[in-house]
Amino acid sequence: MIFNEDYRFCGRYMGKTLFDKVWDSHVVNTIENGPQILYIDQHLIHEVTSPQAFNELEDRGISVFRPDQIVATADHNTPTLDQDQPIKDELSRKQLEQLSENCKKNNITLYALGHKYNGIVHVMAPELGVTQPGMTMVCGDSHTSTHGAFGAIAFGIGTSQVAQVFASQCLLLTKPKSLRVTVNGKLKNGVLPKDVILYIISKLGTNSGTGYFCEYAGNVFEEMSMEGRMTVCNMSIEMGARGGMIAPDQTTFDFVEGREFAPKGEDFKKKVAYWKTLPTDKNAQFDKEYHFDAEDIEPMITYGTNPGMGIKISEFIPEVSDASFEKSLKYMNFKKGESLINKPINFVFIGSCTNSRIEDFRVAANYIKGKQKADNVTAWLVPGSKQVEAQIIEEGLKTVFEDAGFELRQPGCSACLAMNDDKIPQGEYCVSTSNRNFEGRQGQGSRTILASPLVAAATAIEGKIIDITKQLN
Amino acid sequence: MEKFTTLQSRAIPLNIENVDTDQIIPARFLKATDRKGFGDNVFRDWRYHKDGSVNSDFVLNNSKYTGSILVAGDNFGCGSSREHAAWAITDFGFKVVVSSFFADIFKGNALNNGLLPVQVSEEFLKTLLTQIENHPETMIEVNLEDQTISAKDLDLSAHFDIDAYKKTCMINGYDDIDYLVNNIKLIEIFEAQKIY
Repeated sequence: MIFNEDYRFCGRYMGKTLFDKVWDSHVVNTIENGPQILYIDQHLIHEVTSPQAFNELEDRGISVFRPDQIVATADHNTPTLDQDQPIKDELSRKQLEQLSENCKKNNITLYALGHKYNGIVHVMAPELGVTQPGMTMVCGDSHTSTHGAFGAIAFGIGTSQVAQVFASQCLLLTKPKSLRVTVNGKLKNGVLPKDVILYIISKLGTNSGTGYFCEYAGNVFEEMSMEGRMTVCNMSIEMGARGGMIAPDQTTFDFVEGREFAPKGEDFKKKVAYWKTLPTDKNAQFDKEYHFDAEDIEPMITYGTNPGMGIKISEFIPEVSDASFEKSLKYMNFKKGESLINKPINFVFIGSCTNSRIEDFRVAANYIKGKQKADNVTAWLVPGSKQVEAQIIEEGLKTVFEDAGFELRQPGCSACLAMNDDKIPQGEYCVSTSNRNFEGRQGQGSRTILASPLVAAATAIEGKIIDITKQLN
Repeated sequence: MEKFTTLQSRAIPLNIENVDTDQIIPARFLKATDRKGFGDNVFRDWRYHKDGSVNSDFVLNNSKYTGSILVAGDNFGCGSSREHAAWAITDFGFKVVVSSFFADIFKGNALNNGLLPVQVSEEFLKTLLTQIENHPETMIEVNLEDQTISAKDLDLSAHFDIDAYKKTCMINGYDDIDYLVNNIKLIEIFEAQKIY
């Protein structure tokens, strides 16, 4: 018998993956020799990638097809200080005004700046229960992969596709291939979900996942909190994968239950029964598989200008002879073979859709408590949402941070992409819990070093990069 | 969307790998609410120094090179989903980007804007880059119907793949919205019969 590459979809022979189950149940139709029409359950929008899509619809005289399946927030260019005041930057202000106008005109729910549910799109949707297992979700933002932590198919789209979803609640797509990354074993003390994903990307590279949807499996992910799973899935796009998924389990159901938009009562029970059918079947096949041992992972740090350029914090920058690699080190002003330990750092940023949830701030506060920030360091803490901000205050973490000299700001994407005023100056290093260390990402000429909230907190206290593993063991 | 069939043009060699969309159009230029004008700031921080002076070392500022084909290193367009990157490249005047590998979202965005991503082998890319760098006057022909890229009068030619549906869209100037809106009845039936 000849098996073509579709053999794994023949139910009689092979089981289905989590991804197959969710994808296949959302296919409206298949174009012969072409893409499929995929139904989208939930569409998230923000101020930066939606205005041109609304214009497109207006130009064509099409109305928004399913406004009640769209949720909007303002996050990318919002200020993180004085959010109750009018926004000073004229272009930012106009972009937010246009979002409000567009949402009002089209009956779309908007959590505008200052609203108690406002926040980074990938923080606020899960915490409101908008994100649920088995869903298809899209947003004009590549870190939409975050929501895969719930066992949803979630991915970033361009603005033309935002317009397509507005018009039809569907997208034309070719089904991606499947990839599974399994990590089993016991994580060492001080190794956080961020280290796990930075480690995976450092091993696989930034384009290993292109054309694939990734499932993370193994006891390491099973034992992770939802916050940790979101951190991992968030960075799937940094290895090129459009999305990452983790099988929904009791941890997922417990997180979703009781949230604002979660199903209630009998509905919830029925949904849970369905969600329990979603995990990958034992005999399912993946197009590509990787396995890692949890014991091999250590606190990670990046030294270059893409997220794949990461090392264990105690390691040395590799000696690679390649023009792009050398260009990258030149930009960072680092040398091949050197260690990052003891490098002075003047800026620390804890925030972004990768690491701005309550757990991240608990980790940081736990380390910082009773210590003082180094004098040379500017340390910004930017919660992912109003709700995270409220919880930081409620748990008394704000006092811990302020006593240590850290600055707790208001929610938003902030210095992750520096669209607002939160910019790292030219030539300065920033140890950042965000997801991208591209040239100039945090401000023109800024140099980003990606790390976990623990490594970021320790850097702020010491004013330089330290080998955190020595303090932990 | 503009139609695309064939193109003959000189090409500009951008011999850098992993060009991310933050380099193509930095975030601070994403505040516009229409699609126009992004070309002014394409590769902004590579084209200009921080003080606003022109970086004459950057290939787009080298008068030797011109044309509406951009030939770039591996993994072009990685990072952010911003379609502004595709808008900036087309607004600057490019109609084709050639690379040995494209990031998924960028590739989709390009196709939705009439910008043809031509994926070639690493070996062909290397040869093409060397040819253009040494002979900037080389004319390149991209034929979408035949799915070929070739250097005129030289023994340098390659086939490239493209999704059959997207190829039809590019040649006819159709886009996905037209198709989806025409299928709205089917979508409504799906909604009524959803199994999940």
